[in-house]
Amino acid sequence: MRMIWKSAWVLAAVGMASAAVASEIPDTISLKSLSNLYEPVKFDHARHIMGIKDCAACHHHAVGTPTDEGKCKRCHAGTPTLMKAGCSSCHPADPFSAVFLKTREAERAIFHRDTPGLKAAYHRSCTACHEKTSGPTGCLDCHPRTEAGDQLYRSGKYVPTGTAKTSHH
Amino acid sequence: MSGISRRNFLKAAGLIGGAAATMSLPCRSWGAGTFEGYPDGMGVLVDTTRCIGCRSCEAACNREQNLGEPESSFDDKTVFDQTGEGGVKRRPDENHFTVVNRYDTKEKGPVFRKIQCNHCNEPACLTSCFVNAYTKTKEGAVIYNSKVCVGCRNCMIACPFNVPGYSYSSVTNPIVRKCIFCHETRLKKGLPPACVEICPQEALTFGHRKELLKVGHERIRANPGKYVDQVYGEDVVGGTGWLYLSAAHFDEIGFDTTLGKEPIISNVKDFLGTVPMVLAIWPALFSGFHLLATKKDGHGDHDKQEDDKNENVQS
Repeated sequence: MRMIWKSAWVLAAVGMASAAVASEIPDTISLKSLSNLYEPVKFDHARHIMGIKDCAACHHHAVGTPTDEGKCKRCHAGTPTLMKAGCSSCHPADPFSAVFLKTREAERAIFHRDTPGLKAAYHRSCTACHEKTSGPTGCLDCHPRTEAGDQLYRSGKYVPTGTAKTSHH
Repeated sequence: MSGISRRNFLKAAGLIGGAAATMSLPCRSWGAGTFEGYPDGMGVLVDTTRCIGCRSCEAACNREQNLGEPESSFDDKTVFDQTGEGGVKRRPDENHFTVVNRYDTKEKGPVFRKIQCNHCNEPACLTSCFVNAYTKTKEGAVIYNSKVCVGCRNCMIACPFNVPGYSYSSVTNPIVRKCIFCHETRLKKGLPPACVEICPQEALTFGHRKELLKVGHERIRANPGKYVDQVYGEDVVGGTGWLYLSAAHFDEIGFDTTLGKEPIISNVKDFLGTVPMVLAIWPALFSGFHLLATKKDGHGDHDKQEDDKNENVQS
């Protein structure tokens, strides 16, 4: 199960990166990192561009008007790093793997120490804005669950019946 | 008792007492030593400002640890309003190694907080367990061997966070059960625990405890006014593997802020350190007292008593 999840992350990362390389602005983006538990999010990029009209609101430090936060700019100003638009180019898909933790700690770069992972970057960026703009904030508003998801959360046809209370060892 | 024997008695008593005091000194300094955690111990930094109360961690924990069917779906948000006796919110128990609660704070509104074992540097449960069921692993987890647990529940009383649960449902073999940091299935393979992996917000950040402390303090520094200037768990009861950041006062969101910095074992360490001394010295000390105290009763006196007895019998 973990492998599926991991490969889903990688797929999403590759998808985002190739979009950036092609320097095209996609109208819709399918976010399928969590596709074992949730259906892919059909992200309407065009609608968000029309509504917000400021790329930097989401793509902070990268494209459009740079934000005041500017943490990345301090070192990466004028470099290709800052031109990357895909979330996964900076936000790691697997932020807690032993390999990633090791490289991050070895790097000793304090600005990289607390970079959110890809999943958190999406959720925190989207929900923070949606709360202000009354956009959808419920989990299932953006991505309906798969059957595996229902099984994990004990919802849909997997809602507990209250009869199988057992002890486990 | 004659003057001379009293003097001898006091002298000898003084000598033995002095020796005992000297022997007890190294014991005391040993007792005061503290363990600050394994150097590569892992931990989790919980940022309560990020938690949205989705209960995904509860669902992931349930599956990872095979905790069986819950009472209701993990989508059920009414559990946040559940209170037990005396208005106590939900606690971890035998079938829930972690629970998320909602606290309605004065200034910061509703705050969600996950509760599970904090994986102390110097676990009180481990100290209190007389069958040595508990182990603090080098990865930072406090695990237990349920095969040797006799179900005495000492650890439940010792734990300053009221974490260990008891399998009251088991008639034949009730044991203590709690969060083990996914040690067997994940932690020792270098993987984060299931709750951390599923958290959509990264309210749970996994890493080396030492690094997480830096991250926690950096978040406080970088966001002035957002957080209470404290990483809960940095030094409470000797430090815990799980660390917490909060915008609301910690006592408002169910943390015990009266625990102090000393590990629970420090309350008994000095006492326990004197036990070997007592066992080694006291028999000799009191034998000496006894010998000295009875020395005055020479064989002459003893014989005299015997004679008196004989006389009584005759008369």
